Amino acid sequence: MTAATRARKYEPRKVPEGKQATSAMIASLEAEGYDTVAAPFGNALNALAEKDERIVGLSADLSKYTDLHVFANAYPDRFYQMGMAEQSLMGTAAGLAHEGFIPFATTYAVFASRRAYDFVSQTIAEEGLPVKICCALPGLTSGYGPSHQATEDIAIFRGLPDIAIVDPCDATDVAQMVPELVAYNGPVYARLLRGQVANVLQKHKPDYQFKLGKAQMIREGKDVLVISTGIMTMRALDAAEDLAKDGIDVAVLHCPTIKPLDTETILAGAGKGRLCVVAENHTKLGGLGEAVATTLLTAGVVPVFRQIGLPDQFLEAGALPTLHDMYGISRRAVGEQIKSWL
Amino acid sequence: MEASIERRSNVSLARRAWNIRRKAIQMGEVQGQGYVGQALGVADVLAVSFFHAVEYRAEDPEWEGRDRYQLSIGHYAIAFYAALMEAGILPEEELGTYGMDDSRMPMSGMASYTPGMEMSGGSLGLGLSVAVGRALGLKRKDSPAFVFNLMSDGELGEGSTWEAAMAAAHHKLGNLICIVDFNNQQADGASTGMCSSEPIDAKFEAFGWFTQRIDGNDIDTLVAAFDAAREHEGARPRVIICDTKMCKGVPFLEEREITHFVRVEPDEWQKALAVLDEETPE
Repeated sequence: MTAATRARKYEPRKVPEGKQATSAMIASLEAEGYDTVAAPFGNALNALAEKDERIVGLSADLSKYTDLHVFANAYPDRFYQMGMAEQSLMGTAAGLAHEGFIPFATTYAVFASRRAYDFVSQTIAEEGLPVKICCALPGLTSGYGPSHQATEDIAIFRGLPDIAIVDPCDATDVAQMVPELVAYNGPVYARLLRGQVANVLQKHKPDYQFKLGKAQMIREGKDVLVISTGIMTMRALDAAEDLAKDGIDVAVLHCPTIKPLDTETILAGAGKGRLCVVAENHTKLGGLGEAVATTLLTAGVVPVFRQIGLPDQFLEAGALPTLHDMYGISRRAVGEQIKSWL
Repeated sequence: MEASIERRSNVSLARRAWNIRRKAIQMGEVQGQGYVGQALGVADVLAVSFFHAVEYRAEDPEWEGRDRYQLSIGHYAIAFYAALMEAGILPEEELGTYGMDDSRMPMSGMASYTPGMEMSGGSLGLGLSVAVGRALGLKRKDSPAFVFNLMSDGELGEGSTWEAAMAAAHHKLGNLICIVDFNNQQADGASTGMCSSEPIDAKFEAFGWFTQRIDGNDIDTLVAAFDAAREHEGARPRVIICDTKMCKGVPFLEEREITHFVRVEPDEWQKALAVLDEETPE
């Protein structure tokens, strides 16, 4: 038995034909057919900060890469640059929260979850402080390899009591979650989408509004129920359009709040004899899939159940479209997997 | 700022320290264990803190104008509870509940259990960064209050302490006073013998802190150091490195092979009290 989940690739290569650029930190997702919105997080935070003096912002050398620079530019005296020091970032945010402020602390998801976990656990969550940890590069959204691929951030934080976990799908989710995170009087871990962010949900359901703690049916369908979170709701909706051409009717239940989980809506949707697929931009271990499975089994609801998510591996570096295809979270791969299970 | 009632009393700081030592030993006897060696060593620091340096209101531990006094090193809770009782923040009648089920005084310090406990420490190296956040918050509120962070020399081994030390200097936190209890003792032995943080004063100075290194078991020296830390005019964070002696005040424990978790036999708690009682300060 070997522990290696990633093959070493030391053999010499030839230069390939065509360009396959590694998707860097600032890569926007492949989101064809959608309008985009610039910096929805930073702009939503500014709108709220104008009315709420308690809001302050902190970053660990990644304000520009989390759209917090928009806030820093508008409110320079309410922004604290902590340098490349994520433990200091979290502890300082805790101290500000002790003094009555509502700190938004931003970094990349890998650093918040891996590097600073003890600080999030002990200085923030154990004390029940309203620190809002908002992190870019969730799941597989960078081609830089495991150092920047937060494939297990939700698994790490799901074990932490009292913290709310949000995985937004699009610009509407990102913008509308900001005031709800402030209204939630406790710690939050939110995944961020930054830069030019696609507007997905309102294209499919014009009256869609983000509600913290609520899963919402974006699309109805009688053959398959996909319960999805984050960008995988976009993938599910796109794949559902493709599958509709083959006569396969796919419902999509968008579940952006992973903790606390909206078990009522999930159970109401899953108990209708449809194939139940959970799709997440995260390892299949410890994320939404296992949370939904536990919910269903505990309630005695046992549909045919499948997971779409990242494998239990350290992932490869490369171009994001290639990687999404390789690991089963591209539009095409999602459609093919669902088809294969029917 | 209004001083607390206790601080106006005529009880000497030496007597306060003696009282804190006595209470810590009494709590140790309740559980038959505890970080008594550290408590005896840091008692003078706590006496000068609570009865000379720190602003608080015993009847209102969450008074907005108070100085925030954080116990980063949750292991020292037994010493801190003794100080809180001496200060009138915790009632002495609860001394016998130390470490018991449903007590307000768990063996490691946690904010949600105990009035006057500003943070949950224990996972070492957390306190200084939380203190940085509090100091920034107080400045935002234009509060004249100080943040005190009591930590141990062992916590200097945590990288997070130095992240926070950099941040405090960068953000010019003149309202932050860090106290390092340097008893040269960690879980596996002498802290200077395993991965030494010396020269610790030079390190803090290099990080931009107003630095003092003193005998942490000398009351007059402590008073002068706390005064200097408060009164220093530079916009710099302040550190008082206190060299202290484990088990200070109980010679038969001082002479024991010093360990992180000093072993005290069941019959020795009363002996320790008797030793203290032989030299009760005025």
